[in-house]
Amino acid sequence: MSDDPMSDGTANGEAVAAEFPEPAHRFASLTLVPKADEKLATKDFKSDQEVRWCPGCGDYAILAAFQSFLPELEIPRENLVIISGIGCSSRLPYYVNSYGMHSIHGRAPAIATGLASSRPDLSVWVITGDGDALSIGGNHLIHALRRNVNIKILLFNNRIYGLTKGQYSPTSEQGKVTKSTPFGSLDTPFNPVSLAIGAEAGFVARTIDSDRKHLTSVLRAAADHKGTAFVEIYQNCPIYNDDAFAPVTEPGERDQRLIRLEQAQPIRFGADRSQGLRFGRYGALEAVPVAGSDPDSLLVHNAEETDPSYAFALSRLDSSDFAHTPIGVFRNVERPSYDELMSAQIDTARQQQGDGDLAELLAGADTWQVG
Amino acid sequence: MTKQVQQLDRVIIRFAGDSGDGMQLAGDRFTQETATFGNDLSTLPNFPAEIRAPAGTLPGVSSFQLHFADHDILTPGDAPDVLVAMNPAALKANLADVPRGGDIIANTDEFTKRNLAKVGYDASPLEDGSLDAYQLHAIPLTSVTVKALEGFDITRKDAERAKNMFALGLLSWLYNRPVDGTLKYLETRFAARPEILAANKAAFQAGWNYGETTEAFSVQYEVKPAPLKPGKYRNITGNVALAYGLVAASRRSGLPLFLGSYPITPASDVLHELSKLKRFGVRTMQAEDEISGVGAALGASFGGGLGVTTTSGPGMCLKAETIGLAASVELPLIICDIQRAGPSTGMPTKTEQADLLMAIFGRNGESPVAVVAPATPADCFDTALEAVRIAVKYRTPVIILSDGYLANGSEPWRIPSLDALPKLRDEFKFASGNVAVDGKAGPPFLPFARDQKTLARPWAVPGTPGLEHRIGGIEKADITGSISYDPDNHDKMVRLRQAKIDGIAADIAPVEVDDPDGSAKVLVLGWGSTYGSIGAAVRRVRLAGGAVAQAHLRHLSPFPANLGDVLRSYEKVLVPEINLGQLALLLRGRYLTDVVSYNRVRGLPFRASELADVIQDVIANV
Repeated sequence: MSDDPMSDGTANGEAVAAEFPEPAHRFASLTLVPKADEKLATKDFKSDQEVRWCPGCGDYAILAAFQSFLPELEIPRENLVIISGIGCSSRLPYYVNSYGMHSIHGRAPAIATGLASSRPDLSVWVITGDGDALSIGGNHLIHALRRNVNIKILLFNNRIYGLTKGQYSPTSEQGKVTKSTPFGSLDTPFNPVSLAIGAEAGFVARTIDSDRKHLTSVLRAAADHKGTAFVEIYQNCPIYNDDAFAPVTEPGERDQRLIRLEQAQPIRFGADRSQGLRFGRYGALEAVPVAGSDPDSLLVHNAEETDPSYAFALSRLDSSDFAHTPIGVFRNVERPSYDELMSAQIDTARQQQGDGDLAELLAGADTWQVG
Repeated sequence: MTKQVQQLDRVIIRFAGDSGDGMQLAGDRFTQETATFGNDLSTLPNFPAEIRAPAGTLPGVSSFQLHFADHDILTPGDAPDVLVAMNPAALKANLADVPRGGDIIANTDEFTKRNLAKVGYDASPLEDGSLDAYQLHAIPLTSVTVKALEGFDITRKDAERAKNMFALGLLSWLYNRPVDGTLKYLETRFAARPEILAANKAAFQAGWNYGETTEAFSVQYEVKPAPLKPGKYRNITGNVALAYGLVAASRRSGLPLFLGSYPITPASDVLHELSKLKRFGVRTMQAEDEISGVGAALGASFGGGLGVTTTSGPGMCLKAETIGLAASVELPLIICDIQRAGPSTGMPTKTEQADLLMAIFGRNGESPVAVVAPATPADCFDTALEAVRIAVKYRTPVIILSDGYLANGSEPWRIPSLDALPKLRDEFKFASGNVAVDGKAGPPFLPFARDQKTLARPWAVPGTPGLEHRIGGIEKADITGSISYDPDNHDKMVRLRQAKIDGIAADIAPVEVDDPDGSAKVLVLGWGSTYGSIGAAVRRVRLAGGAVAQAHLRHLSPFPANLGDVLRSYEKVLVPEINLGQLALLLRGRYLTDVVSYNRVRGLPFRASELADVIQDVIANV
């Protein structure tokens, strides 16, 4: 961007984007973002700030996976913006060498919405946590999802408040004993994936901090979605909620419990992939042995199914003992993004009414002359 | 029949009726006719928050007052010369304001036993002699309208609804208003419904003819055009002027306008106006809440846009944290607070000035921001441009304190030429790129290295190579912007942020004092929408031989540099405010000089007569 402010009311984003040719293959969310002149490496996305999470925190693994994924975007560093709220996870922008804002508690989706809808030439990522996104910022999250701005939301879910030293969070299991709930928490937790699907999200996925390969593949899928992408990342807090996700992270254990969703593949899980899923009587999914089941009743994963009922049913397989925990992309359905529609309305208005004439606007329809 | 024409220099008319009677529309149209005719004018719409309060009740009364004159006027007037009362409730709610001898036009059709009982009249005041001291014109407005519309293919209900047009036609005749504008307006408004259009035009014409031919009115009045400064004029409300000012600022700065806003009375019209202006590249987002509105605006500012949010008091409370963030990350942000009566929900459609201290101080920590306030509806335009100038030059949030009276009130506005608007493009620069040359990177970018003169930090916009940086609400180290918990650094940053705002005082117009012969010992100092009432009161005092000076503040944070000297050069300073003395508190604290605080918090502008009495009292006690 030049140091001159934009010429007139046009969004500077549009002006900048026009200078770069459309690349051959791009992630769908980046079609209006310029392509990098040179290949960037993981180190290019590391800032000079010392990373200050607790030893063993799952955030380290997520940061490392994220930083090594970022070169795949093939965009200039200056066109990447990371906006976060408040909480342990929300410190992440400081550690990535891009533009970033560590904002206020719960409000990152709102700030990112204003930025992304006025600057389509930027790739905007929101980093948030279970308290930030689902408690104090719940309203902004659900509205960002239904609005479908072109932002990628990574929710680090450790099912606890870490930065305030260990109170239960909106994803903590009921009965959780913490400093603020010495007799056990009373509220029913949110299931973030169910919530996102209920909030009309077009892209909803879940992954795990310790599974770098899976995490990276989900980031890739999120970047390839134009509109709001929502990714829940199970993240271990070794200090206040250690091993909260052990059933799905411990080798051996996890393979019994995780349902790895792969587009257009039959859903298979459990020992020797002997289990499958089918719809029960009232629309809930149930796990059944593949052997002996009617093959037509067993589900093949389709995240692109427009109706959200299937993705929602998948999300409801979760239970407190993690007996069946799907990970991967639950839902991936494109619709026009908010920023795109907003720009289109401006273009239409200019086509139909001409570029705004300030003198004409100020004068209005009823004027009179004095002298 | 030729009727006598009587010359008047000024008239105050109040249209009053049920919320559904179309009084605001009738008032608006009469105002537009009056503006086109060339009178100076000032308006005061006054309506309940309920969209349709129970019909015929006192809480449901909606009114529109218009003051117009053959000379320059400043207020919508204290007491109406003419009251149009569409029902008993409208009469009862407004009669006390009408001076003896005033004209009352009452719609007799609505003075039924039931309607009278609803507002506690035992007998009809139109018949029991209680209005003998007034010029009563009892007219069956509803039934004459319905009769005039016989033969139109419309329902009886639609015919009855046209009674406001009948009343408007009658008043238009009475004051000899030009009617083309109203007829044109009706054609646009009812373009899709030809029968309703024809009926409304006919009702309007019937009202005019009624005045001309019946003997109910023996005199027609004439108020000559006012000798306004030469130029092209239009009538404009504060909210529209504010919206246009923001668009003008966008054009003059080259910054695309982004409005994040949640609907709230009396601010929503700014959102409505800006939403129409997409051809100016304006992006408007109706947010999920007040916090999101200001958050999105801040995001747009971070991206190099002109981020704006609009709200009223309750919304200001919710936006406080984000305004604090904007003050901390030092980005431009425009917050329009169209004040209304509080606390809490208060009286949403009534005016007040009680958000001043909240605007200046209402955030955690030391979080100084600039605060400006328009003085009149049209002044909202200039104030918006001034707010944007300060915001982009100093990279700071600027709060504009308008209010319900300015928002909905209107006045003639001399349309400025575009060349006369401030060149905001010259007031700021984005930080320029920092690209490696021959493999050698430039010096590291310092996001909190300040401009020596303005103390503004660089506005480094995403997309600019080499300026990648992180900002946030955590305290930043001076110059580098890295997270810092260093005690001395915090002390320094707190002072730097304050010094930046204080420094704006050297870059704003000094407060001007109107003291015609320099003999006054009393100064009346106001801010915001009280300008008109104070000005009218000062004129009255001067006409009566009193000496009084007047000054009005546009800048509330920081104050103009000469304000202390001005305060000290008068024996008494009177500060009228529609709050309990918020500016007075600031002046006493800041300048250690006492002021006389005069406060009424009735949800309405001051009456000029009331303020004139207060000024006379202060003069008498010097």
